[in-house]
Amino acid sequence: MIVANRKPLAEIREMVENCDKILILGCKGCVTVCNVGGAREVSILASILRIARKKEGRLLHVDEMTIERQCDPEYIEQVKDRVGQYDAVVSMACGVGPQFLSEAYPAQRFFPAVNTTFFGGAIQHGVWAERCAGCGTCIIHYFDGMCPIARCSKSLLHGPCGGSANGKCEISKEVDCIWDKIVRKKMEEGHLKDLLDPKPPKDWRTARDGGPRKSVREELVQ
Amino acid sequence: MRLSYPSNVKVIQVPCSGRVDIIHLLKAIEDGADGVYVAGCLEGECHFLTGNFKAKKRVQYVKKVLEELGIEPERVEMFNLSAGEGPRFAEIATEMTERIRELGPSPVKPQNAA
Ligand code: SF4
Ligand code: SF4
Repeated sequence: MIVANRKPLAEIREMVENCDKILILGCKGCVTVCNVGGAREVSILASILRIARKKEGRLLHVDEMTIERQCDPEYIEQVKDRVGQYDAVVSMACGVGPQFLSEAYPAQRFFPAVNTTFFGGAIQHGVWAERCAGCGTCIIHYFDGMCPIARCSKSLLHGPCGGSANGKCEISKEVDCIWDKIVRKKMEEGHLKDLLDPKPPKDWRTARDGGPRKSVREELVQ
Repeated sequence: MRLSYPSNVKVIQVPCSGRVDIIHLLKAIEDGADGVYVAGCLEGECHFLTGNFKAKKRVQYVKKVLEELGIEPERVEMFNLSAGEGPRFAEIATEMTERIRELGPSPVKPQNAA
């Protein structure tokens, strides 16, 4: 899923500084699963912003709403009757949400309440880790299911750099060296020689290097 | 055993302190409470194993939020006591009341509203 973190309160407060009436809009997709922008987090942020403004003696009217997804026109359509009544709509979805919303409702101002960070999963309750960088041409089958693009600090594709020590990456003792794991797994399985097979250079045009991407499935296009 | 505790303390019963969520604590503050505290079971004695630890983390979260908003984090607190400790319950209520009295009224009082 897409993993995000709520922006610092000071930043969100600054965005809505000149507003008297806002809507906080949550999303039931990825951001609900990573506990950052679902109905629960919407109500928490709404209450925090109201408290902040009550303290200043300047009321902020905050409405709350959470829709199925903010990355689909059919759900974006559901807020049609709400937008337009607010000084701003604060989206708690990933960066896709506020963009889809502004495209659908150009006259309404939308603010992002979260920092969208990576594609990953929960490695324990409350902790998420990056697993994929969306390169567009998956190659993890060469590496026993471990992605060196997303999980090696330098995205090296041919083996560890000289900074790998005791299974940790040179950038921090907190960061595992994924190459250490890949090599160890290959050794355990007696497949170390897989890594000696020369492979053509990766075509990065399917990644961000090729510019903004689009997926077209002809069989679905109407 | 009849024990008296300060009448300004409004008790809200929940099946386990783990039922108390961040939003409940925030709502109390938002609606003008001068302070709010959670009285959970002793650590290690939660009937649901970790309810009181969850409550503690949520209290810490709300304290941090209040601090960021320039509101005294001491207005929110977590206490642990065993269900059989009536006198301790009264003591905590008094302790918290004293603390809040010292801090004065909450800056989030509705009358502050424009
Ligand atoms: S190889 Fe590419 S698609 Fe596969 S996990 Fe890594 S970044 Fe994602
Ligand atoms: S130490 Fe490992 S993870 Fe870190 S940059 Fe080198 S190869 Fe990548």
